[in-house]
Amino acid sequence: MTGIGRRRFLGLAGLGAAGAAAVPIAGALARASRAEPAPGAAAGKRWAMVIDVQRCKDRGGCDVCVQACHAAHNVPAMPEPRHEIKWVWKERHENVFPEHVTPYTPAAVRERPTLVLCNHCDNPPCVRVCPTEATWKRADGIVMMDPHRCIGCRYCITGCPYGSRSFNFEDPRPHLRGEPTDYPTRTRGVVEKCTFCSERLAVGKRPLCVEACEGIGCGALVFGDLGDEGSAVSALVRGRELTRRKPELGTSPHVFYVL
Amino acid sequence: MFDGGKVVLGLAAFLGLVTSPAWVRLGRGGGEPPALEKPAGEKQCIEPTAFMRARHMQLLDEWRDTVVRGGARVYLASDGKRHDMSLTGTCLRCHADPEKFCIRCHAYAGVEAYCWDCHQKKRRAP
Repeated sequence: MTGIGRRRFLGLAGLGAAGAAAVPIAGALARASRAEPAPGAAAGKRWAMVIDVQRCKDRGGCDVCVQACHAAHNVPAMPEPRHEIKWVWKERHENVFPEHVTPYTPAAVRERPTLVLCNHCDNPPCVRVCPTEATWKRADGIVMMDPHRCIGCRYCITGCPYGSRSFNFEDPRPHLRGEPTDYPTRTRGVVEKCTFCSERLAVGKRPLCVEACEGIGCGALVFGDLGDEGSAVSALVRGRELTRRKPELGTSPHVFYVL
Repeated sequence: MFDGGKVVLGLAAFLGLVTSPAWVRLGRGGGEPPALEKPAGEKQCIEPTAFMRARHMQLLDEWRDTVVRGGARVYLASDGKRHDMSLTGTCLRCHADPEKFCIRCHAYAGVEAYCWDCHQKKRRAP
């Protein structure tokens, strides 16, 4: 037998394959780490919100926070009630805090509209059941949602004990409330919810609902970093008697209520 | 080789069948890439043209993961300039109408880009 033998041929072929693989790997390594946070991005150790229900109640049927959020995030108004999509909304007190209601609670208290949104739990059941990590918990406490990765299985909707998640049963685009903003809409077959305005925190702004509430001089919503002892939200959480929704479940919500 | 002639003939027929779409396309002509509308007043994208042409999909995938999952928003280009990693916010600043750029070329290449199912095709912010 002349020329190269079988062993030598295989050895050379292996070397060649390794060389060919090294090119894209070297390219990828050379291009690694080319991203940085935006200047002025808000960095928090643990984001949290306090909702003062009394202040909110004094404003009657005020919903500037809901309007501001839903307009900016292109949350559609679905015609079919069972297809409703919501990030932040008002619910009757007796449904938000059933354990605070007795057979003698007056109707005015039972029916009091109470603001609810994703609780950004410390121990979120939605994250635990998501099979694709389309929803996950960030180091700063935000329970994030990546619609690119959502396969629409709706386990998270079943897992969430607060009903904070909505599913796009149909294309939301024809049902937008007005001229859309630059924020992406969602598409049929994905789940969506409040993200504590992660896109605004990334550029140093606070959540829209909080800004809208302050804008009308109400201040029923306080948002901030629990890791910062000097923040207003820290002072409230450490200094006042607060309630959380369904604490017995052990999810440890980080939306607190002053009832 | 047993039945060499039949085998070669069979192989030739198989190859002809598999490559038939390309032959039909060539015979019909008009295989030229479509004319894309280039932004007026801009000479180069955020990275060299050859890189963008070959690798824009990897770049956009990287942007998507870095922004949504990593929480960082600023891209440091190879020329040292910084860009907001945003399809609607940055790409559409120059490529104002994706129909005349992204979608036109993707239709030619037969590659469906579903970015616009969610991302806005029209940039509104200043």
